[in-house]
Amino acid sequence: MAAVTETLDTVAAVTEGGYKWGFSTDIEMDMAPKGLNEDIVRLISERKGEPAWLLEWRLKSYAAWLKMEEPSWAKVQHAPIDYQDLHYYAAPKKKAGPKSLDEVDPALLAMYEKLGIPLRERAILAGVEPEEGERPPVAVDAVFDSVSVATTFKDTLAKAGVIFCPISEAVHSHPDLVKQYLGSVVPAGDNYFAALNSAVFSDGSFVFIPKGVRCPMELSTYFRINARNTGQFERTLIVVEDGGYVSYLEGCTAPQRDENQLHAAVVELVAMTDATIKYSTVQNWYPGDADGKGGIYNFVTKRGACRGARSKISWTQVETGSAITWKYPSCILQGDDSVGEFYSVAVTTNRQQADTGTKMIHIGKNTRSTIVSKGISAGRSDNTYRGLVRIMKNADGARNFTQCDSLLIGDQCGAHTVPYIESRNPTAKTEHEATTSKIADDQLFYCRQRGLSQEDAVGLIVNGFCKDVLKELPMEFAVEAQKLLAVSLEGSVG
Amino acid sequence: MLEIKGLRAGIEDKEILKGIDLVVPTGEVHAIMGPNGSGKSTLSYVLSGRDGYEVTGGSATFDGADLLEMEPEVRAAAGLFLAFQYPVELPGVGNANFLRTALNAQRRARGEAELDAVQFLKMARAEIKRLSMADDMLKRNVNVGFSGGEKKRNEVLQMAILRPKLAILDETDSGLDIDALKIVADGVNALRSPTFSALVITHYQRLLDYIVPDRVHVLAGGRIIRSGGPELAHELEANGYAAVVAEAA
Repeated sequence: MAAVTETLDTVAAVTEGGYKWGFSTDIEMDMAPKGLNEDIVRLISERKGEPAWLLEWRLKSYAAWLKMEEPSWAKVQHAPIDYQDLHYYAAPKKKAGPKSLDEVDPALLAMYEKLGIPLRERAILAGVEPEEGERPPVAVDAVFDSVSVATTFKDTLAKAGVIFCPISEAVHSHPDLVKQYLGSVVPAGDNYFAALNSAVFSDGSFVFIPKGVRCPMELSTYFRINARNTGQFERTLIVVEDGGYVSYLEGCTAPQRDENQLHAAVVELVAMTDATIKYSTVQNWYPGDADGKGGIYNFVTKRGACRGARSKISWTQVETGSAITWKYPSCILQGDDSVGEFYSVAVTTNRQQADTGTKMIHIGKNTRSTIVSKGISAGRSDNTYRGLVRIMKNADGARNFTQCDSLLIGDQCGAHTVPYIESRNPTAKTEHEATTSKIADDQLFYCRQRGLSQEDAVGLIVNGFCKDVLKELPMEFAVEAQKLLAVSLEGSVG
Repeated sequence: MLEIKGLRAGIEDKEILKGIDLVVPTGEVHAIMGPNGSGKSTLSYVLSGRDGYEVTGGSATFDGADLLEMEPEVRAAAGLFLAFQYPVELPGVGNANFLRTALNAQRRARGEAELDAVQFLKMARAEIKRLSMADDMLKRNVNVGFSGGEKKRNEVLQMAILRPKLAILDETDSGLDIDALKIVADGVNALRSPTFSALVITHYQRLLDYIVPDRVHVLAGGRIIRSGGPELAHELEANGYAAVVAEAA
């Protein structure tokens, strides 16, 4: 409880009290004042005790951002974002730092529990050893506002040679790795929001799987925006060396607020020869109320590079939150025979707007990609799939299969599909299938006649519609995602 | 016991049921026969609570409770089952999951303990075996890619698993070959007991050779114009509806 209340109280005190500049020692709160300029960038870097090269990189990114314009091609509408009206760094009051999850805010843990991640983990912390044959536990990194508050199972992972820690820590403990890979997939000047993130990123997770290591457990990061008027800019970097494997999960929530909050994250994945990365997201940021007031603006750049032959990157996302979603997890299929996958469920209700999809860039020979996108629109929301499949000149034998299905609930929502296919190689094969359907009255009645409530019926039909995607999620997540879908659509029919 | 008194109902401004009086005592199977457009399907939808039908008069009670006041799922939990004339497809929804969710929703509503996956599958497999149906029936998605006959068989399987007190079969025999017809009839006959009743709606006498009803009613022009024993079905088959309708007019 402490961290949340303190953060809230302190932020309230800071914002309402007309707090001017710097960090207040009186209230022992690490919080940058509102606004963005070079000094703020320096301040963030200084607070984190970063090496000079990283500050340099941040400043370059900031300079690049200043010259860029906010993209306007997505099918989303929002009032202009005042980038000077945000806090770019907010951290819960620093104590010694939690030694175990017991010291972490119970509300945070309750949220974890809702996401179904750390149940077994808690048992282990309480001294209960996993039984023979039980599924391995999940290691969790929790990012609360701007800082990572707890990373678990570090020792177990270290024995396997796996590095899993906050990126702010990796900057110090593994500077060469961070320096080598940071910005190597999403360059600082890639796009407006990526540039902003590169300038002010707060924290996030760093994962490194060395040659031939299969990560012994699922890794998970849990992001939460808590403070008011705060942007969250986390940065995740996952590198898997030859023959390695990792499955990584992220969960996101934010409290209910009247004003919009900005979230601009960058995720970079690097898969070397024969390496596999499975990246799953259950995104449940606050979507705003029925009239579209409040909610998270989620502008995220996620990209994976299949650098080595036969490498594989698989994105699975279940997106139910955020007022605005602008997100296109992509794969650059550089290595011959590399594989990219994108499985997505995007749900929009009320006034939510989602413009999401993927990019599959086929460079290597015999590269393969699969895209399965399921959009569900209800209320007065707008749901757009935007995808690019690009086959480069040398990508002999490249193959893509794309399936985009839209499900409409009610008659005031919109579903849009914008697929781009560019093929520069005559031996490549691409397929695109798309359907649009409505939840029919006779389907609902059929379910209700068998005894299901209207809401259970919608949940069942929607989960059936999303089955191809949900089965790609790790088991614990899949069950929670199903519940989340049903909860998100509560009251959207009838 | 199902008791219908002076029931009037229709769609928008069009009255289709023009005063139905019908009593189905517990333990009995009644057949409703009638020409196309006589209101047979409307009666089954009004009794099961489908949206879009407006009840303008009369009453319908089941074991004393006012059916017309209940939501469709409450009627289901009270023991009413409708075997659809056109069973609906639910893509991606497995039959076993659908049926277990439905059964447990009903059990919850009745204050009974829910069945876990193992208990459910054991029970469902036993029913499938008893009805001589294919094992993969439970694994397939609800009615997706089913032939017409398979859909009707699936309705009977659902009925066997949900164990209703009152089953309404809306032209379940339409489009069935003789083997499928026997399976459907066996399914209904297996449920026959002093606590089970059924309303079998059909166009043809054929089904009634296999499900022998206690009473037969003729529905025409939104009213029941004649009632009798099983022999009435044969009379209709021999002389056609027109003769009975003319006689009643």
